[in-house]
Order: sequence, then C-alpha cells, then structure tokens
Amino acid sequence: MADVLQQVVSGIASGGVYALLALAIVLIYRSTGVVNFAQGEMAMFSTFICWELLDRGLPYWVAFFLTLAISFVGGVLIERLLIQTVSRSQAITVVTVTIGLLILLNGAAAWIWKGEQRTLESPFPSDTFDVGGVVIAAQDLGIIAVSLALVLVLWAFFQRTRVGLALRAAALNPESSRLHGVRVSRMLALGWGLAAVLGAVAGILVAPTQGSFDQNLMLPVLIFAFAAAVLGGLDSPLGAVVGGVVLGVVLNLVGAYVDFFADLRLPAALFLILGILLLRPNGLFGRSVVKRV
Amino acid sequence: MPLLELEDVDARYGAVQALHGISLDVDERQVVSVLGANGAGKTTTLRAISGTVRRSGGLRFDGKALPRSPEAVARLGIAHVPEGRGTFAELSVDENLRLGAYVRRDRSGYASDYEALLKHFPWLAERRDQQAGTLSGGEQQMLALARAFMARPRLILVDEPSLGLAPLIVKQLFDVLRAWIDEHGMSALVVEQNANVALEHSERGYVLEVGRVAVEGTADELRGNESVRKSYLGY
Repeated sequence: MADVLQQVVSGIASGGVYALLALAIVLIYRSTGVVNFAQGEMAMFSTFICWELLDRGLPYWVAFFLTLAISFVGGVLIERLLIQTVSRSQAITVVTVTIGLLILLNGAAAWIWKGEQRTLESPFPSDTFDVGGVVIAAQDLGIIAVSLALVLVLWAFFQRTRVGLALRAAALNPESSRLHGVRVSRMLALGWGLAAVLGAVAGILVAPTQGSFDQNLMLPVLIFAFAAAVLGGLDSPLGAVVGGVVLGVVLNLVGAYVDFFADLRLPAALFLILGILLLRPNGLFGRSVVKRV
Repeated sequence: MPLLELEDVDARYGAVQALHGISLDVDERQVVSVLGANGAGKTTTLRAISGTVRRSGGLRFDGKALPRSPEAVARLGIAHVPEGRGTFAELSVDENLRLGAYVRRDRSGYASDYEALLKHFPWLAERRDQQAGTLSGGEQQMLALARAFMARPRLILVDEPSLGLAPLIVKQLFDVLRAWIDEHGMSALVVEQNANVALEHSERGYVLEVGRVAVEGTADELRGNESVRKSYLGY
C-alpha cells in the first residue's frame, strides 16, 4: 500500500508538469481555435535558456524568473511576427506554421547548444521524507507545489482581474469584445506570452527529473500534455489540470506494476488521444454552450 | 455643434457598396432613429460609425475625426449594441456587465451605475452569477443595453432592439433607454424596423432607402409625412 501511495505521489508530480503544458495548449486553443504543436519545443527552448543563464553563473531563482520573462517576450514575439501574419488564413495553415516552428526550434536548439546532453540543476533538495512508511521525494513535492501555485495564480488572474476577464472575452467573442474597447489582438499576444511562461516552468521542472536532457526533452512530454488536454477537453483549463494529474498517476501506476508497460507509455498516450476523440470529443470537462436566441 | 456628424459617408462589404453618401447628425442629449426596410443600410450605418465595416467620408465625433478601429471608437465613448446583441454567452451576467465597463477606470462609478441599473432591471440582481447564454431573448437584449450603459458612453448605438421580442418588452426597452439617456445626459442613435415605437421615443429620425437618406426630420415631421406613414408606420 505504501508503495502504491509512493507511486501516486510521483505520478501527481509528473502529472503536474503535463498539466502545465496542457494548460498552455488549452490557453492558445481557446483564444485562436488552433492547437499549437510548437508548445513543447518553446518549452524546451526556454529550458535551454535557463540552463545557459545558470551556466553563466546566475543564482538559480534569478535565472528561473529571468527565463520566464524571456519566454513571455518570446511568446509574444512569436504571435506578433509569425502567427499574426497567418491569422486570417484557415486553421490548417496556422497549424502547419506551428509544426514548422516545432521543427525550427528543435533544429535551432540543436545548433546553438550543439545537441549535447546537458544537466539542469534542481531547485529542490534530493532528500526524501518518510511519512508513515510512504517515502516521498522532496523533488516531487516541489514540482507539485510549483505547479499548483502557478495554476492558482493563473486562475486568479483569469477570474479576478480586469485584463483576465478581457482575455477570456476576447477568446469567446472577439467581435463583441472590440466593441467594448478590448484590444483583441493584444490579448492574443498576451495569451501566447502566458502560454510560453507555462511551458517554460514545465520544462524547467521536468528537465532535472530526466538526469540529462537535449533538444528532444519535450517531445514525449508534449504527447502526454496533448493526451491530458484532450482527456480534459481542449477548451477547459480545469480539464487540462485534472487530465494532466490523472494521466500522470495512471501512467505511473501502470508503469510500476505492469512490466512491459514502461516502454508503452507513449503509444498508450496516443491511443488515449485517439480513443477520446472518437468516443467523447469534448473530453471530460469540455462544455457545449447553452445558447438561446 | 452636433455630437456625431456623418457627412457623405460611403461603406462597402468587399465589392458591394452598402452606403452611398449618408449624412446625418446626432445632437447632445438626443435620441435619433434610423428607419428603413431590410437592406436599406441601417445596420451598416451603425457599423460605419463603430468602425466594424470599411468606410470613407466625413465622420466626426465631438468635432474630431473618428478613428478606424472599433476598439479606439469604443474608447472615445461610443457604445455599440450590435445586431445579435453581442452576448458573452459563456460568461456570467456580472462578467458581461464588467466587460461593459472595461473602458472605464473609475471603480466607484461602476458600483453606483450598477445600483442605478438595478432600478430599471431589478432581475439582474438575482441572475448576477447566471451564465448569460441561458437568459431569454428579452433579457439578453436588456443585458446588451446594460453593458452599453456601464461604459458611461456619450453616445449609444443600438441595432434593432425589438428584433424577435414581444411588443410589451420592446416598449419597456425603449422606455429604459430613453430614461437612462435623459438621466445621464447621453445620446443615442437607434436603428429600428418598428417605426412607431422608435419615433415615439426619439427627437428626430432618418429614413434610409438603398443606402441613401430618403427623408429626414423631427419625429413629428416624419409621422406627418405621408409616404413615411404608409411605408413604415402602417396607417
């Protein structure tokens, strides 16, 4: 039993990372109706920036927050310079552009950082706690705490602030938002900036758990995040968080107790995406809006 | 000087020209109606003002040229209640009202205007947390007006408030619009198919035909004009 609980805790930790990246995907999907396939590579690039800053001797948290700031600006610039220029085209065009961006960022990272294996230090101690026989890693607790804090801050921003409300409105009804003075195109850029920050945190949290990383760090994480977002419902932020945690825990448990499954985690996630899209395209929390005319 | 002044305004949707040299004025503290058949250019006239259609010609608000983008027009103090009401269906009634007040910076003004709003629409209080998409058509139209009021605009553009609503509700809507405008010293330009109720609540009116002003005058003059009476008032 203790062993199971242990697996659950570390499952929640990896689920938290999936949830952050899934949230980033949902954020952009809601405001533009487009799935950003480059979300994982943007996160990977941010992770390398953090590594670079640390390598140049900055203290951990300075490097951390500086990376978030750089990522935000990067996200905004990607929207302004790239997505904006194709925003009037069909969704498939925009999706293709994000896939191009995925390949571009992956190649650029391999070129800049030589494709070598790097090690990102963890902000959390490598201690473990024994809580009634359940051994819990401080690293897992740290990841859970940071993910949870970020989700709560984001929730408060969207629900409790004027700009957060305008961001949601711009996503739901851009025409009407404009008539209320909301600068919709700025809101889209802000959304990309926030999504880039979410991804950056996901990347910085997940990299130390892998031992070492290269430019392919986020490719599997992106698949899990997609599975989480689809499971929760692509337009539901709550769904992304719940989907991420559920996926993390289930994959971890099955992986721990079913021998051959450890290698099948990625295909299983892909299979899950397929299954949900076929059986329940709105996911667990995706809403169909009530409309009366 | 009129608050809003259109002079020889054209507007087009792609290759189709919808307005051919419209000129009209709205003075301070006035309600002005725009009447006409379907396709006469009534909605396009409002869209030309708020910048949601491509237009050219002289458009002045408070003596200054109107900007091109709808966001900038809204920030100048022009609230547009569009065709289809522009409801944020997934947001709550309260969030809809807060979006109405998005261009304002004064928090206390929001609270006092909300109180004033409840006098006209008491049902808003109990529906405050309800999803706006679940309101009835009449309630959504009232909410659309309320959102516009919350912006404390100087001019409100209202597009066919009567569309699909029962006569009693239509009258109530116009009464509230008139009362609010008088209380707060605003002006309104109202597009309406229901010419009777519109003229009853207006100082002046314009009748459009195929993108041009056919007749203009005070509400009484329009009511006395025989062709207007036959075509639009139905008696």
